[in-house]
Amino acid sequence: MYAFVNGPLVWIAFAVLVFGSLWQIVSLYKMSRRTDKVFYDHYNPGAAAGSIWAWLMPFGSRSWREHPGLTLGTFAFHICLIIVPLFALGHAVTLEFNRGIGWPSLPDGVADKMTLVFLAAALFLLIRRFVVPQVRIVTEPKDIVVWCITVLPFLTGYLSAHKMLLDPDTMLLLHVFSGCLMLICIPFTKLAHVFLFFMTRAFIGSEFARRGTKTW
Amino acid sequence: MSDQKPVNAEEIMAVIERNDTARLRAWLKTCTSCGLCSESCFFYLANENAPEFMPQYKARKTLGELIKNKGNVTRAQLEEMKEIAWARCTMCRRCSQYCPFGIEIAVMINVARQCMRTQEVCPDRLMTIDQSYEEFGNQMSIPDEEFVETCEWMAEEGQDRLKDLEIPIDKEDAEIMFVVNSREPKYYPQDIQEAAMVMHAAGENWTLPSHGWEATNLSMFSGNLRVAGMVTQSVYDAAQKLRAKKICITECGHAYRAAKYEGPYWTKQPGGKAPVEVTHAVQLFHDYMKDGRIKLKHKFKEAITYQHPCNLSRSGDLGPAGEALMDMLCENYIPMEPHAEWSHCCCGGGGFIPMGADYKKTRMVAGKVKAEQIQKTGAKFVLVPCHNCTDQINDLNKEYDLGIKVMSFKELICELMDLPPHMKPEGEEDE
Repeated sequence: MYAFVNGPLVWIAFAVLVFGSLWQIVSLYKMSRRTDKVFYDHYNPGAAAGSIWAWLMPFGSRSWREHPGLTLGTFAFHICLIIVPLFALGHAVTLEFNRGIGWPSLPDGVADKMTLVFLAAALFLLIRRFVVPQVRIVTEPKDIVVWCITVLPFLTGYLSAHKMLLDPDTMLLLHVFSGCLMLICIPFTKLAHVFLFFMTRAFIGSEFARRGTKTW
Repeated sequence: MSDQKPVNAEEIMAVIERNDTARLRAWLKTCTSCGLCSESCFFYLANENAPEFMPQYKARKTLGELIKNKGNVTRAQLEEMKEIAWARCTMCRRCSQYCPFGIEIAVMINVARQCMRTQEVCPDRLMTIDQSYEEFGNQMSIPDEEFVETCEWMAEEGQDRLKDLEIPIDKEDAEIMFVVNSREPKYYPQDIQEAAMVMHAAGENWTLPSHGWEATNLSMFSGNLRVAGMVTQSVYDAAQKLRAKKICITECGHAYRAAKYEGPYWTKQPGGKAPVEVTHAVQLFHDYMKDGRIKLKHKFKEAITYQHPCNLSRSGDLGPAGEALMDMLCENYIPMEPHAEWSHCCCGGGGFIPMGADYKKTRMVAGKVKAEQIQKTGAKFVLVPCHNCTDQINDLNKEYDLGIKVMSFKELICELMDLPPHMKPEGEEDE
């Protein structure tokens, strides 16, 4: 079990992530060539890039500026979500040990704090789902499932690093397992917004630009 | 009502399949239900932030349900969806600007409307208008001869205000082919006269077609895109037959959007571009002023604000031209907040005005946001370059006791412009 999760499963997860995402992107692209003439007729690279960039920046869009609380929560959540797994010392060491690839890493203390920020932001987003009526009315069970899938790797990572709750080996096993689960789910759930964000924003940027209108 | 008629799921699915695009798929997959769209919506704001008015919920309860059930819904369900798709959304597209993924909920509501239209579930007045387009080519059931007579009458009568005023019909090779909202010949023929005065004063080479003169396209809102395409095509055909350089749309919002942006797709024009360049009265008047073709006696002195119609300033490219024209004409222009491309819909659009008395109460409730915006400027004059906005703001004026006067650009320009001596009617003295 341990050997499978820490070995082949990790490879499978990355393969599913990469090929699943590519498959989604390519099939949507192919479909768009047939069904979305409006996009290719009016594609505007400058507006597409501007639209993506503005929304990747905290407070870069009018919508972000008008909702400062959610903006802070969302950006704290996503920045930590990307930075911590990429540069956690444990991950860098594992990579170096197994593949001999040198990888930059964050000091443990920083990764630790960022994990806590991530968990706090995640909790904020979850509570918001239940407390804010206009968000609650559109929240479905799958939104909660996706939330759990995203949060579990961080929670288990933190607990195993601090030797809490379960014995560290079991916790580590759960950590790797939940991490793999998240990677596998990205192409097939709402987590696909990782890459779909760029496609939908490029579209709306171009679509509104032909009308002289900004979407940020 | 034919409530015994079974729902034809195949017809509904045919519409969904026709609209099954990569972008729709991506939108459905991407939405994370963050709720950022809610506060962008004036329906939501005007109805005390009731969550049922938040845009994503409205899309889910209409198109979402139709897709989920593969069109197998009851008439009662369709009737509920009708109240959402027509009475809780004007497809103003402001929510698309607030969505992190730029999901176009208005487009989804439009697809839902198309689905329902196949089952004749649609506000009655809008369906009657579709028929009127089919029979007469315009929404007001005006025969072409009557339109031409109205123009002749208006030209003649207008000679009291501008010497030798003409309204040329079917003139070939004109620079501008002007098309009107059929409300104008029906109820406000003065509008045609005033537009003619401005163009005449600017020395424009222009014409009106005797057929294909209707600019409005309410079938876009009823969900009957076959008729919508037919109406657009008749305008393009008229311009091509007369070899006009440009089609100019009267001061109407959705008519511009339909002719310039959506019409090319309904009529399958190559590259998604209209076969003849489409412009709008706001742009035309702006250019006359900027180029000095119209001179003013003086600027308008009172405090005045400007209603940016969604279909001109968000779904059309005329926000900046409208603002610049206001500055050129008025001394004391006070913008509403927010304005231009971020303007709130007044709730006259999306077919609301022609939906008639049944929906007036809804319209007055949702129009509260616009009424408050106007009030905050403190202006007693509102310049409105759109017929549906005009009707709505006039109604809001009564409902909320705003004490304002609604004006159009042509009306304002006719009041302010300094005619060259040879155009002044006999006996009129210089001021």
